[in-house]
Amino acid sequence: MPSVSAKNIVKFYETKNDKIQALCGISFNVTKGELFGIIGPDGAGKTSLFRILTTLLLADKGAASVDGYDVVKDFKEIRKIVGYMPGRFSLYQDLTVEENLEFFATIFNTTIQQNYDVIKEIYIQLEPFKKRRAGKLSGGMKQKLALCCALIHKPSVLFLDEPTTGVDAVSRNEFWDMLKKLKQQGITILVSTPYMNEAALCDRVALMQLGKILSINSPAEIINQFKKDLFAVRSSKMLSLLNDLKNFNEVEDAYFFGAYHHVVMKHKNEEQDLKNYLSKYSNDNLEIKNIQPDIEDCFIELMKQSHEIELH
Amino acid sequence: MRTLRFLLQKEFKQIFRDKAILRIIFLVPIVQLLVLPWAADYEMKNINITVIDHDHSPYSRQLISKITASGYFILQNYTASYKEALIDIEKDKADIVLEIPASFQKNLITKNEAKLFIAVNAINGVKANLGGAYVSSIIQNFNQQVRMQWIQMPRFSPQLNIEVVPSNWYNPQMNYKYFMVPGILVILVTMIGSFLASLNIVREKEIGTVEQINVTPIRKYQFILGKLIPFWILGLIVLAIGLGISRFFYGIISAGSLWVVFGFAAVYLLAVLGLGLLISTYTVTQQQAMLISFFLLMVFILLGGLFTSIDSMPHWAQLVTRADPVSYFIEVMRMVILKGSGWADIKNQLLIVLGFAILLNGWAVVNYRKRY
Repeated sequence: MPSVSAKNIVKFYETKNDKIQALCGISFNVTKGELFGIIGPDGAGKTSLFRILTTLLLADKGAASVDGYDVVKDFKEIRKIVGYMPGRFSLYQDLTVEENLEFFATIFNTTIQQNYDVIKEIYIQLEPFKKRRAGKLSGGMKQKLALCCALIHKPSVLFLDEPTTGVDAVSRNEFWDMLKKLKQQGITILVSTPYMNEAALCDRVALMQLGKILSINSPAEIINQFKKDLFAVRSSKMLSLLNDLKNFNEVEDAYFFGAYHHVVMKHKNEEQDLKNYLSKYSNDNLEIKNIQPDIEDCFIELMKQSHEIELH
Repeated sequence: MRTLRFLLQKEFKQIFRDKAILRIIFLVPIVQLLVLPWAADYEMKNINITVIDHDHSPYSRQLISKITASGYFILQNYTASYKEALIDIEKDKADIVLEIPASFQKNLITKNEAKLFIAVNAINGVKANLGGAYVSSIIQNFNQQVRMQWIQMPRFSPQLNIEVVPSNWYNPQMNYKYFMVPGILVILVTMIGSFLASLNIVREKEIGTVEQINVTPIRKYQFILGKLIPFWILGLIVLAIGLGISRFFYGIISAGSLWVVFGFAAVYLLAVLGLGLLISTYTVTQQQAMLISFFLLMVFILLGGLFTSIDSMPHWAQLVTRADPVSYFIEVMRMVILKGSGWADIKNQLLIVLGFAILLNGWAVVNYRKRY
């Protein structure tokens, strides 16, 4: 039995003279103990999907279950066994760290002591501030507290809606380390994020765009499926370089990527052609190297493909 | 039960931690109760009067001193002409102009009648009305006095006199404070109930905590009771403080049993809290909740009979006041505190307010959703 399953979920948001389709038939299964990532830009429908799975929102079509419980019929059961951490900090800012934790423990009919082992590793870092009000914590600490509160009843499935948005790089790495440890305790984790580089840290990843899932695969498999040649190109005039690249017939796609432009070629073995082409223009200090794609390149490719399909 | 107890504990912690809210709950009502009854006084004092005395006779002087000695009037100015007096009114220095014609005393003695002219500044309707009435009654009294001096007592009174001596029951000295303080107290209790309860719930929506709460096994009734009970208790505490102030500051000792007052207030607060809860289910931000509460409360107060008597409203407005829970509590407070009414006397009001409580809470509970 999958830990979380969604079948053809559709959700509309209706306004007075407009009907926006937020989710257009989402289906996936998450196995028990899996760290499942949902990656997509803002507005892809990640939060709507999470709200449906955590019984906060009713889907217009389709069915979903969490730990075998139907999200519509057995919502009461689901609320007992899932942990949910909304994208926005949603704890009581005027209660202390300890009081917040105690409050959530109590409403789940448990105590901090009873499930201390689940949160121990995370809570140890919060312990020095346990008498501080939650509103006065730093962003990273707030996020740790929110995670503790979502875990205090030992949930079997954990939903984390953009937990790393607006958090610094160090805290983000720490956070993913914590998730890996939680996974070892057998908790199924669904995490959504707009950061593509975080996808590599999940067991499996669903790429979402405009309410659709473009692909579901393990990060390694997604990279394997990228068959084209990829180059990183750099020169002293990056902007004109990008225009030059986009004007070249043999180039399928070119985009900013850190200090380089990444260039996807239409055909194999065209490095020399690219060099010849670029040297015709005033590109000083030209540097071209053949590179292995990382997951972000794959997503950009997938999104481009789906966009083209939509246009035709 | 454990969950509910913990919810209440959390709610009280939050209330007592928020210094601003605490002040609003306890300090503001006390200050209001100490200040407002003095302001909400219908008795008109300090009415400015300008006199044009063309006569300068003993009688005219007697009349003027009688008016100023009444304590209601301040002699603002003597002018030589009506034109000048009118300037006083235009500049808002005078509320009333009294013109005494040149032959006032002569006419009074020879013709047995004399004319006076009174002009009233009616910008402030209440002041004009009462001030005019006061002047007329003083002049009437003066008239009586003059007649008494001249009359040769016949065997029988030549004129049939019916003298009306009113006796004011329940508030013999017509002390406005006795009448206003219980009413103002009702408004304060109503504000604590409806405003704070609705704002508190909407705040949870606004800061997103309700999202987290909704994904827990907390039952709807637990959450709602956890929100209502604290404000129910606070409302009763404010009522107790208010009654203490009226006892020690205004000397208002309830003629009826305080059990009746608190018993009715307990039911009334349920209705008001239900209203707060209802508002919170229809609003998403504290601003919306605040404005709706404010407008509703304004209507409730003005229709509630605090400042104006419900009996003198037009018939349709009287019908509207029946849908105003505030009017019942004000009525009951006055009945119990001034008149000493007991359970049997307020039975109807109690049942109606209970009906409000059931209706408003039921509506709110149906409308309150944990998911959308």
